[in-house]
Amino acid sequence: MIAFLLKRLALVLPTFVGITLLVFALIRLLPGDPVEALSGERGMTPERYARLLAEFGLDRPLPVQYLDYVWKALHGDLGFSTITHEPVFREFVARFPATIELSVVAMLLALAIGLPAGILAATKRNSVVDYTVMGASLAGYSMPIFWWGLLLILTFSVTLGWTPVSGRIAIQYDIPSVTGFMLVDSLLASDEGAFRSALSHLILPSIALGTIPLAVIARMTRSSMLEVLREDYVRTARAKGASTFRVVAIHALRNALIPVVTTVGLQVGTLLAGAILTETIFSWPGIGKWLVEAIHRRDYPAVQGGILLSATVIVGVNLVVDLLYGVINPRIRHH
Amino acid sequence: MTDATLAALPPSPWVELWRDFRRNRGALIGLGIVAVLLLAALLADVIAPHPPAEQFREATLRAPSWEPVDGRRFVLGTDPVGRDVLSRLIHGTRLSLLIGLVSVGLSLSGGVLLGLVAGFFRGGIEFTIMRLMDIMLALPSLLLAVAVVAILGPGLMNAMYAIAIVMLPHFVRLTRAAVIGELAKDYVAASRIAGASTPRLMFDTVLPNCAAPLIVQATLGFSTAILDAAALGFLGLGAQPPTPEWGSMLASALEFIQSAWWVVTLPGLAILVAVLAFNLMGDGLRDALDPKLKR
Repeated sequence: MIAFLLKRLALVLPTFVGITLLVFALIRLLPGDPVEALSGERGMTPERYARLLAEFGLDRPLPVQYLDYVWKALHGDLGFSTITHEPVFREFVARFPATIELSVVAMLLALAIGLPAGILAATKRNSVVDYTVMGASLAGYSMPIFWWGLLLILTFSVTLGWTPVSGRIAIQYDIPSVTGFMLVDSLLASDEGAFRSALSHLILPSIALGTIPLAVIARMTRSSMLEVLREDYVRTARAKGASTFRVVAIHALRNALIPVVTTVGLQVGTLLAGAILTETIFSWPGIGKWLVEAIHRRDYPAVQGGILLSATVIVGVNLVVDLLYGVINPRIRHH
Repeated sequence: MTDATLAALPPSPWVELWRDFRRNRGALIGLGIVAVLLLAALLADVIAPHPPAEQFREATLRAPSWEPVDGRRFVLGTDPVGRDVLSRLIHGTRLSLLIGLVSVGLSLSGGVLLGLVAGFFRGGIEFTIMRLMDIMLALPSLLLAVAVVAILGPGLMNAMYAIAIVMLPHFVRLTRAAVIGELAKDYVAASRIAGASTPRLMFDTVLPNCAAPLIVQATLGFSTAILDAAALGFLGLGAQPPTPEWGSMLASALEFIQSAWWVVTLPGLAILVAVLAFNLMGDGLRDALDPKLKR
């Protein structure tokens, strides 16, 4: 197990180096340099330019600058936003809980619907249920989620007036921020109205964000279940007279879920990327919306930091999923 | 060749492929839609009722209807500046298929080249290429595309580059895996012994036998490209207005979502239908080409 763990860690390091290189390239490939941007319209003398260049460390060789960037990043120093002048790391941390809350709820929704749908489709193979589930899943997989989110707003917020259009909570609720998760914070403040408001704000964005993971999970569960149901031990269980429910729920499900765990882990990345679109549509104050705004405002330190941190989170989650996979499926460790 | 030997010959791989593909109803529907989209794209100038950029100032945000206005008919309504939505959608088809063609073309050629190199030159070169691809795969496609566009700057061409880069690892991995599988076979050894040079072995001997998974991936790549390009266009990072690209059409009409449903709903529907069609076709091709599923 230790060897497996070390091997996986060794694979993560180059990935991290690659991501930092990509983000570093983002600074270097920009037209003009930060000093020029500082000088603005008035321009500056060559002496002052050279002094500022040295001050920012931009006169040093590129590898030195790169190592400096990585060293600082490892210490949580990602520079300052050129718009708000706040440290990028702090801005990211302030918005991250909103994205996590949305992603967790979206994933729970996807699992709650996707798993049963996939199992049902597999047990009733080639039936109307199967075709419906697979058709819906294909449509969900092909869905432009920014459009899907707008349709949801148009139907449930504008026409029916059931849910709020945007934001995380109604403006009249002022909850002390303890965890950064509105659902948890409002419960801690024991404010029922705030909890309901937070929940109603979460419904549409999490449906929009959860649609693609739902479709993928349903498909994956179905095919994995079909494979397991062909196994000899399942036939043995059937032959012993176990009920279909027992065979599926007790015997087959455990093994069928192994590949699904990987799929779920890989969907975390998709969720974070999907948050870019979902948060933009629903004005959800998370990192996705922040990143898009930073690109439009040319706030490059924020763009770099945002991409670096999101990528790091995704790589970290993928690593954890890999390790978990090794725990639940011992065979993989020896490959 | 007598009739008897002809009859004993196995059907050509293309005929066999079509036979398997035809059995899949979803795949046929996908193929049909793709054919219609292709026709719309090729004949856009002929079938679009109006030029895509022409603004009919007296007919802004007109709802879809058969009733003509001043002798002009706007079947799918008009947008906020009075452009005919149907015509823009038809011209958008051309753009979306072009985006698919360019990004998949770039990604496929780059991916096949890198994959062949990685498959033929095992060791250091292979390790470097594959680790690089792993790094790219670690980032979700939209995040990577956004990062690339942030570096290159917003625009349709840069969006296509970004999408091509995002899809690259899939083509490299598939090619390498297929190449390694083929290299173990006798016909390659025979060709090598006969004195075929490495480039000849790569492109002439091995590559054609790796085509099946690449065809499937290229088809599915079209749907990824169309979807991601639309997402980038929607975020204002891809095609810029007034280009009739579906994603940016949708984004530029966003403020009218409450008063004019058609300006937002129809471009999105076009994206969904196109993406769905390529996914259906790709799935059908995979099933038809996958020897494991054949008896």
